[in-house]
Amino acid sequence: MAEKHGPLDQFLIKPLIPIKIGGLDLSFTNASLMMVTTVALIGLLMTVGMGRRGLVPGRLQSVAELSYEFVANTIRETVGGEGRKYFPLIFSLFMFILFGNMIGMIPSAFTFTSHIVVTFVMAGIVFVAVTILGFIKHGAHFFSFFLPSGVPIVLWPLIILIEIISYLSRPVSLAVRLFANMLAGHALLKVLAGFVPALGIAGIAPLAVVFGLIGLEFLVAFVQAYVFTILTCVYLNDAIHLH
Amino acid sequence: MDLASAKLIAAGLATMGVIGAGIGVGNVWAAYITALARNPASKQDIGAFIWIGFAVTEAIALFALIIAFIALA
Repeated sequence: MAEKHGPLDQFLIKPLIPIKIGGLDLSFTNASLMMVTTVALIGLLMTVGMGRRGLVPGRLQSVAELSYEFVANTIRETVGGEGRKYFPLIFSLFMFILFGNMIGMIPSAFTFTSHIVVTFVMAGIVFVAVTILGFIKHGAHFFSFFLPSGVPIVLWPLIILIEIISYLSRPVSLAVRLFANMLAGHALLKVLAGFVPALGIAGIAPLAVVFGLIGLEFLVAFVQAYVFTILTCVYLNDAIHLH
Repeated sequence: MDLASAKLIAAGLATMGVIGAGIGVGNVWAAYITALARNPASKQDIGAFIWIGFAVTEAIALFALIIAFIALA
């Protein structure tokens, strides 16, 4: 009962092991702990799940194979055959965000994807990687991406400006979508959960709403991970196959 | 008007931006249901687009909500 200040207090980053090197604060925080847990769980799922290598998969192996096939199919449908070599990045992104969101649903665990700095770095990596890939593949011809075919020459400056702005807004929207969904979801849960003890016996009503909302939050956690991944694949397709 | 009330009014005004997103998300599902009703065999092809359309439209609502949170702080 230490913090009674508001629904946004759950997003505070608390250093668990303070580490100061030079002037930098490199402490191991609760966010770091969640990230390490996420990576450990994904690693365990993949290695232990596939350890048995049964031809008829058991339960854990099925989960590992399903997640692999899910991402592989997504890449094949959006990017095509050339997307195969980018599978490790897309798979890592998907599993990291998915497991991060899901672990955040554990009561009193920390959702590291609810911080703009985390999601912006991930979206920034995707944006920079995709843009550099586009330049490597197409050279200066990559700029033809900003001019869709069939545009009358009078409109060229306007269209090019609009296309460039919408291209630059991609990492921003990618980052803010994930961060805002996680932030709003958990803040809303906290606010509604605060009503339960306040109403006494009538608190059963907000409790039912919280119950339904937690189910919705699980869905949102999965959908946001999936949408981040599939938009990454779409941007990758744009860079490789310029429209 | 003092700062605290101005913050609350600003947050309330910013939240009105989710109206458009509500209409938009409704459109996504309405289009899906109509498409599915006309051609039930297309479920496999457009199944993925529902979630993408929903999430991208919802993102706009959350942009408005972020401005509300910033106004509240």
